[in-house]
Amino acid sequence: MADKAKAFRAAFPHTLPILAGFTFLGIAYGVLMQSKGFSWPWTLLMSTTIFAGSMEFVTVGLLAGNFQPIYAYCLALMVNARHLFYGLSMLEKYKGAGWKKFYLIFGMCDESFSINCSVDPPEGVDAGWFRFFVTLLNHCYWIAGSMLGSLAGSFVPFDTTGIDFAMTGLFIVIFMNQWFSCRDHRPALVGLGASVLCLVVFPTDYFILPAMVLILMMLTFFRKKLDPASHMEEPAK
Amino acid sequence: MNTVQMLLTIGAVVLATATTRFLPFLIFPASRPVPAYIRYLGKVLPYAVIGMLVVYCFKNVTVTKAPFGLPEWIGAAVVAGLHLWKKNMLLSIGAGTIIYMLMVQLVF
Repeated sequence: MADKAKAFRAAFPHTLPILAGFTFLGIAYGVLMQSKGFSWPWTLLMSTTIFAGSMEFVTVGLLAGNFQPIYAYCLALMVNARHLFYGLSMLEKYKGAGWKKFYLIFGMCDESFSINCSVDPPEGVDAGWFRFFVTLLNHCYWIAGSMLGSLAGSFVPFDTTGIDFAMTGLFIVIFMNQWFSCRDHRPALVGLGASVLCLVVFPTDYFILPAMVLILMMLTFFRKKLDPASHMEEPAK
Repeated sequence: MNTVQMLLTIGAVVLATATTRFLPFLIFPASRPVPAYIRYLGKVLPYAVIGMLVVYCFKNVTVTKAPFGLPEWIGAAVVAGLHLWKKNMLLSIGAGTIIYMLMVQLVF
């Protein structure tokens, strides 16, 4: 029990930016659902089970159209394809988390991934529980935000426009923390450069898949230079 | 769509989302050694992916017409500048977000 409390206290501060961002985005989502005629049980169901913000907004549109479950499946695969990279990044870190591993993977949204892949829990804190609470807290913020929007969207007392910039801020800060924690900046530059290039070349809504392919190609092409382990397999010169 | 069809549609989306999250773990289970190439990707991808997410946040910013994405650029500069200076995550994100909100609500 003490272990869990310790992990919770260590995890909570890291999730505060997401509390801000998800409250706003969740409210926006709940209000949108309400305006399309979906009352709170639908919002609750989708926030809890899909738990992928952008895809939930897309699903509202799907539900308004004709019944095409295969199309819905394929569209969601494409919108969420970036999660494949998250999984590959977390293969080692989620090892040994026991039963919690299932939930860690199920709840691996952009924000939970970015914290769990970049923050190592402080000394003496169980890594599995730390990451579990990061994931769970973010999940709860999203559900609570969307419920708030669904039930009380019109009563928010101040103008929250722009509060979702907390998400952008979070990713910038994580990018910088990673930048300073690592001497080799080339993987970060590959990600940044390939994405900017694809955003310029491809339509905004479709840039992420080509960006993923380009990142994969560049990282594969430069493997000899970037991977110290691949040198060790070669005979010493 | 009736209620059952809506539930099936939501189910399809849930299944697809779970597919993208679980697939790498199913292909490379913890019980077997992960190929060296995949381990390499696991080491370098986190850095590249966060770079991609930063760009993703700016995808709807238009730089060719007013306000030229100024609120976003200024907000990002505040976050980055404060973080370089104080290295306090909540301060950087909090101040950057408040300044961004003031800009989009009052200035632009």
